[in-house]
Amino acid sequence: MELTLWTYEGPPHVGAMRVASSMKDIHYVLHAPQGDTYADLLFTMIERRGQRPPVTYTTFQARDLGGDTAELVKRNITEAVERFKPKTLLVGESCTAELIQDQPGALAKGMGFDIPIVNLELPAYSKKENWGASETFYQIVRTLLKDKVNEIDKINPQRWKSLGRRPKINILGPTLLGFRCRDDVIEIQRILSEQGIDTNIVAPLGSSPDDIERLTDADINVCLYHEIAETSCEWLKRNFGMEYTTNIPIGIKNTINFIHEVHEKLDLPLTNKGELEHKSKLPWYSKSVDSNYLTGKRVFIFGDGTHAIAAAKIAKDELGFEVVGLGTYSREMARQVRAVAKDLNIEALITNSYLEVEDAMKKASPELVLGTQMERHSAKRLGIPCSVISTPMHVQDVPARYSPQMGWEGANVIFDDWVHPLMMGLEEHLIDMFKHDFEFVDGHQSHLGHTATKAPYSKENKHEQSNINIQKEKSILWTESGKAELTKVPFFVRGKVKSNTEKYALSKGLPEISDETLYDAKAFFG
Amino acid sequence: MSKVELNKETGPREVFCGLTSIVWLHRRMPDAFFLVVGSRTCAHLIQSAAGVMIFAEPRFGTAILEEKDLAGLADAHEELDRVVNDLISRRPEIKTLFLVGSCPSEVIKLDLATVAEKLNKRFLGQVRFVNYSGSGIETTFTQGEDGALKALVPLMESSDDEKLLLVGTLANNVEDRFKKIFNNIGITNVESFPPRQSTELPKIGKNTKVLLTQPYLSDTVRDLKHRGCEIIYAPFPLGVEGSTKWFLAAADAFKISELKVHEVIAPLANRARQALEKHNEILSGKKLFLLPESQLEISLARFLHNECGMELVEVGTPYLNKDLMDSELNLLPDDTKIVEGQHVEKQLDRVRASNPDLVVCGMGLANPLEAEGISTKWSIEMVFSPIHGIDQAADLAGLFSRPLKRNQILTSKTLATH
Repeated sequence: MELTLWTYEGPPHVGAMRVASSMKDIHYVLHAPQGDTYADLLFTMIERRGQRPPVTYTTFQARDLGGDTAELVKRNITEAVERFKPKTLLVGESCTAELIQDQPGALAKGMGFDIPIVNLELPAYSKKENWGASETFYQIVRTLLKDKVNEIDKINPQRWKSLGRRPKINILGPTLLGFRCRDDVIEIQRILSEQGIDTNIVAPLGSSPDDIERLTDADINVCLYHEIAETSCEWLKRNFGMEYTTNIPIGIKNTINFIHEVHEKLDLPLTNKGELEHKSKLPWYSKSVDSNYLTGKRVFIFGDGTHAIAAAKIAKDELGFEVVGLGTYSREMARQVRAVAKDLNIEALITNSYLEVEDAMKKASPELVLGTQMERHSAKRLGIPCSVISTPMHVQDVPARYSPQMGWEGANVIFDDWVHPLMMGLEEHLIDMFKHDFEFVDGHQSHLGHTATKAPYSKENKHEQSNINIQKEKSILWTESGKAELTKVPFFVRGKVKSNTEKYALSKGLPEISDETLYDAKAFFG
Repeated sequence: MSKVELNKETGPREVFCGLTSIVWLHRRMPDAFFLVVGSRTCAHLIQSAAGVMIFAEPRFGTAILEEKDLAGLADAHEELDRVVNDLISRRPEIKTLFLVGSCPSEVIKLDLATVAEKLNKRFLGQVRFVNYSGSGIETTFTQGEDGALKALVPLMESSDDEKLLLVGTLANNVEDRFKKIFNNIGITNVESFPPRQSTELPKIGKNTKVLLTQPYLSDTVRDLKHRGCEIIYAPFPLGVEGSTKWFLAAADAFKISELKVHEVIAPLANRARQALEKHNEILSGKKLFLLPESQLEISLARFLHNECGMELVEVGTPYLNKDLMDSELNLLPDDTKIVEGQHVEKQLDRVRASNPDLVVCGMGLANPLEAEGISTKWSIEMVFSPIHGIDQAADLAGLFSRPLKRNQILTSKTLATH
C-alpha cells in the first residue's frame, strides 16, 4: 500500500484511453463502475477536445455484482458496436473490474463480430498510465499486423531505392495528453520532408486501424516518444525487420543527431549538413552577448524520462546552465536518467512523490526549475521561476499557438520558454550594479514578478517556526560585519551562501561568523 | 400533487462517484483528513476533479492498493495500519480521519469499520477515525457527503436542548447569513452539520429540528431520525421561492408566525427579485436540459423555471428520494419530464433532438456539447459556489445566464465582422 497525495501518472487504462482517443474508427469498451468516467474530462478539459473519448463504460453497480456482470458487459459491447460502428474494438477493464474477473476481452471475442477485437489486459495494481498507453498501442499494432508477419518479406530500410520512390517513414508515439505532441509531429514531418523524406503514417495520433495495417509500407520507424512507442517499434523490428530511430530530436544537437540517424538508416546522403545548425535561432541567441548572464544558472529538472533527459542535455550543452538536479517519475526510464545524471556528477531522483521532488528542489536552490505542472506549483511556493517541460500538464500547457518542443522551432520555443522566466541578462547586470541605490527594493525581480506566496496551510508555518527554534539552539552568531556582507550577496543565491557559510563555520567550530568567515567559506566551497 | 412525469433509465453513465465529494468536504472541515483506500484510479480521479492542486499538502490522499495487498486481506489491514501511522506522525494536526472506502476496497471486502475501531482505541484522545464508502458501485458524486455525515452521526452527543440543525455543507458566508436571518426571525439556537471543525459536532436529540440545506442526504436523515430528531420537510433554499418556503417551514416548526418571517425576508426577497431581472432577460423562454449528477437538478429546475422563466426539456437526477423531494416536485410545472438514472448515449440523443439552449452537465461532456453548438454549464460548479439563500439567488441565476450571454457576444460579433 502506498500513500499518495498526488500522482504523476494515472492508472494504465487512462493510457489506453489516450491511445484510443488519439485514433479514429476505434472504440474502447471499458468494464468499469461509474466514476471512472472522470477520465473523459482530462481530454475534454485539459486538451479542450470537442469530442468525447470513444469509450463506453459498462457502469456496473454493487447490486450487479451478485448477478451476471458478464451479461452487462456483453450488452454494452453490442450497443457500442451498433452505435459507433468501430473498425477495431478495444475491450478492457479498470481496477475494480479486474477484481471481479469477467474477462470482457474473451467475452467480446466470443460474440461473433467481424471486426478485430483487441483484448487489453492492463494490471491496474502494478502498472501505470504510460505503460498502459505503450501496451495498448503495441496490442493494436500486433492484432492488426500479426497475419502479415509471414506474408511479406523483411523490410530493408534501403528498399526505397529499388522501389524508385522517396524514402518513407512512420512517426510513432504521439498521443493526446502527451507534451506538445501535436506540434512535434508537424515539426518533424516538416524537417524530414525538407530532406526529401515522406511520412507514411503518424500513429497513434490521428491514425485509423486501416493506417496501422499500412505501417509496413514505410522503410523505417521514427520512435518519437520511447515511453509510448518503443515496445511497438521493437515488435515491428523483430517481425518485419523495420529499423527504428532512438534519438529524440529535442534540442539542436539531438535534432542533428536524429537527422543523421535517419539518413544513415535509410542510406540517404545528407547533403545539407552545414546548414542544419543555422535552422534554429537557439545557437545564436545562446551565443549572443545578453546570454552571457545565463552562464552557470542553476537549473533543477524533473519530468518524464524523454523530456527530462533532453532538458538536461540542452541546459548543459546548449544554454550553458549548471544542472543541479535531475529526476523522473518514469521508472521505466530510470536507468537512462541515472546515466545522464552521472555524467553531470549529480544523483538522479527517481520518485513518484512530489513532496520528495520539492524537498530536493529546496536543497538544490536552483535559479530555474524545469518540471511538470506540479513542479510549477512547488517552484511558485519557493519563489523560483519555472517552465513546464513535461506531462502531467494543465490546460495552460496546451497552448493555442504552434509551440513544439522538437526540431528547430522546438529549440526556439525552448529558448524563449526557459529564458523568459529568468531575469534578462542586462537587467540582472544593472540590478547588481545599482542594488545599493535607495530605489532598489530587495528581492526585485524581472517584469514577470515571481513573488513567493506562503502556502495557505498551517503546517509549513509550524515547520518554519520549528526551524527557527532549531537554529536558535545551535545557532552561530552572525556579527554585524558578517550580516552586512551577507546583504551584499545577490538575493537569489543569498540563502545558499548563508547555509554554506553556517555549515562551514560549524565544521570549523567557529563561534561566530564575520565578513571574513564569509570569504573563507566562499573560498572553501569554491 | 404535481403531475410530473417520472421515468427511470439504466445504462452507461457519465457521472462522478462519491469520492469526489471529498473535494468540498475537506475544505469545510480543515482539521479532518480524508484517506481513500483504493486504487491509482481513485487518486487520479480526486486530483483531476479538484483541478490543479494548489495546496502544499492536501488534506486528502489515497492509500493505493498494490498487488500484494490483494493477495491477503490480513496483510492489507496491516498495511493500512502502517499507512495511517505514517500519516498521523507526519500530520499531527489531524483531529478526525475519514477512512473512505472505494470500489476496489468494497469488492475485496476490506473491513474499514473494524480498522477504524482498532485505530480509535490506539489513538484515543488524539485522532478519531470514522469510515464510509464513496465507491462508484454504491454512490454518485454528492452521495459521498451523505456517507461522510452519516458516519459522524454516532459521534454526536445527545442533548434535549431545542435547536435548529442545518444539515449539509454550506459555504461559510452563506451559513453566517442564514444564522443571522434565523436570529431575526426568532430562532436563535442554530447549529450546522457538518461543523467548521470536525471536533465540534453539534449535540442532537428529540428537540433537534433538522432542516436540510442539500437534497442528497437520505441516509443521514434516516439516522438523525433514529436519534430522535424531527425532520422539517421543505423545498431547498435555492432561489427566492425555495429559500422563502424553507424559512417558513423552519418557522412553522418553531411555532413562529408566517408574518414574522415575511417581515424579515420581504426586503431581501424584493432586492433579490430585482437583481434577478437582468439575468431573466437572458434566461426567460430558453430551453433547459439537466443531465444527472448532483441531485440538485430538481431544485435547480424549479428555480430556473419558476423564477427565471426557463422552459424545462428534461430534468435528470442520479437518484430520486421522493420523501425528501416531494415538496420540490409539487412546485414543478405539470408534465415536467424527470429521468432518474442514465443511459448517457440515449440521453445525449434526446439532448440533440430537443435542441436546448442550455445543458447542465459534467465536465467530460461540456466541451463536446459546446463543439456541437450547445451552450453548457458544469454541474460541479453548483457544489463549489455559494448558491444557497435569497441573497445568492441572482448569483445562482448568473451561473446559467453567463454561458448564454457569452454565446450571444461571440455569435453577434462573428456576424458583425462577416
